[in-house]
Amino acid sequence: MITDAVNQTARRVSNWLVYMLGILPAGWFLYLGLTGGLGAEPIKSLEHELGEFALKLLIAGLCITPLRKHLGVNLIKFRRAIGVLAFTYVFLHLLVWLVLDVQIVSQIWADILKRPYITVGMVGFVLLIPLAVTSNNLSVRNLGVRWRKLHKLTYGIAFLGALHFVMVAKGIQIEPILYMLVVLGLLALRVSKKSPPFQR
Amino acid sequence: MANRWKNVLNDADVTDHSVFINRRQIMAGVAGLGLATTIGGPRAALAQEALEPNSFEDISRYNNFYEFGTGKDDPARNAGSLTATPWTVTIDGLVDKPGEYDFADIMAKMTIEERIYRFRCVEAWSMVVPWNGFELKDMLDLAGVQSSAKYVAFETLYRPEEMPGQKTGVLQWPYVEGLRLDEAMHPLTIMATGIYGKDIPNQNGAPLRLVVPWKYGFKSIKSVVKITLTDKEPPTSWNIANAREYGFFSNVNPEVDHKRWSQATERKIGGGLFAKRVPTLMLNGYEEEVASLYAGMDMTKNF
Repeated sequence: MITDAVNQTARRVSNWLVYMLGILPAGWFLYLGLTGGLGAEPIKSLEHELGEFALKLLIAGLCITPLRKHLGVNLIKFRRAIGVLAFTYVFLHLLVWLVLDVQIVSQIWADILKRPYITVGMVGFVLLIPLAVTSNNLSVRNLGVRWRKLHKLTYGIAFLGALHFVMVAKGIQIEPILYMLVVLGLLALRVSKKSPPFQR
Repeated sequence: MANRWKNVLNDADVTDHSVFINRRQIMAGVAGLGLATTIGGPRAALAQEALEPNSFEDISRYNNFYEFGTGKDDPARNAGSLTATPWTVTIDGLVDKPGEYDFADIMAKMTIEERIYRFRCVEAWSMVVPWNGFELKDMLDLAGVQSSAKYVAFETLYRPEEMPGQKTGVLQWPYVEGLRLDEAMHPLTIMATGIYGKDIPNQNGAPLRLVVPWKYGFKSIKSVVKITLTDKEPPTSWNIANAREYGFFSNVNPEVDHKRWSQATERKIGGGLFAKRVPTLMLNGYEEEVASLYAGMDMTKNF
């Protein structure tokens, strides 16, 4: 019953609303950063908030299929919006790192090559690009089966995102490990034996 | 004997705060000159630059003190639970008079002075802090350091009921640090008991903490309860946690990168969203004073 209500509501909610709500936090973080709301070191805070929100969106994207398969909740129409928003936040996170944080071009390139956690993050971002580019109906039609294969890259990307977070932490910290466990759990749902589709 | 390092500004309490800050900025350069005459030798131009201290809010609300959480604002949020009075410091090991030294008794014997120091975190951010405190040497002299001592080991309070971070495994507790004896006895090395003329806030290491301005911040161990003179290099917390990334010396050095990031530049806290990075100075700008301690040593190997 709850499932039906959720599904019916989802049918009525416009994707544009998801886009608009989804971009609000970025504006909010930026506003806080400009007005002293992010503390004494707003650059790192902004960078961190954007990155963490991107990871949350990647995780939300990975939840869509299991929700439908195991609980019968169908939110698939929002998956593209969630994915495009995830790309947007990763991009903004990267932009803050480049422009506000590191600032020095030679150091940026050295960091990408020399620092494993940055390498991991960059690989994740680069893999997101083809997914963002093909997030339109035309690409879905033209690529057919290959589109589905291509978009399985999200599994690897979410893993790289969580790994990036684990690696950047000084010492063993709980929060990034929790993110990693959630990602691994959602990936495990995919490799487990094919369960029958949800039946009512 | 204290006041080896001349510092003209000790009148915070009798001066209007804003005036105090302005005068401080002008006088910081003079303080640098004072140091030069005390320790001797010509000084590079960099020391004459006026050090502009960070605000009390920045200093007390943005820092690391993993005993209270790993977030930068966790210490300010959680350190209220720390009981800093009464407090005793155990001084033992290779000393003539080992024992428990009451904090109030120590304070009665020490001359408190102000030191405006650069503070460089290993995470590549920095501040300028107007510490109040006394030279570590003066406190060690109370206990009488024996000639066989070569190192000084420090230990932070272990009290999980007041320090929630100690219930997590992010580091081994209690936090421990160490210095070579010559580093510990250097006149720049102080035990800080205040900031801006006020008692040091709990989150900054009340009631007394080490400050070694030419080393990365994590060497400056907080809320010290034990000091042991020893002839062996003592274990240090971050080195135990990750020996590849954190060495015993951990001297500020723009030429030796952290394994995961560059140490060539830093960002001074308080500059807002568009703060520029600035070059990190060798030994955090105290090269003139302390480079001789490491003469002939390979700073890349002994990082």
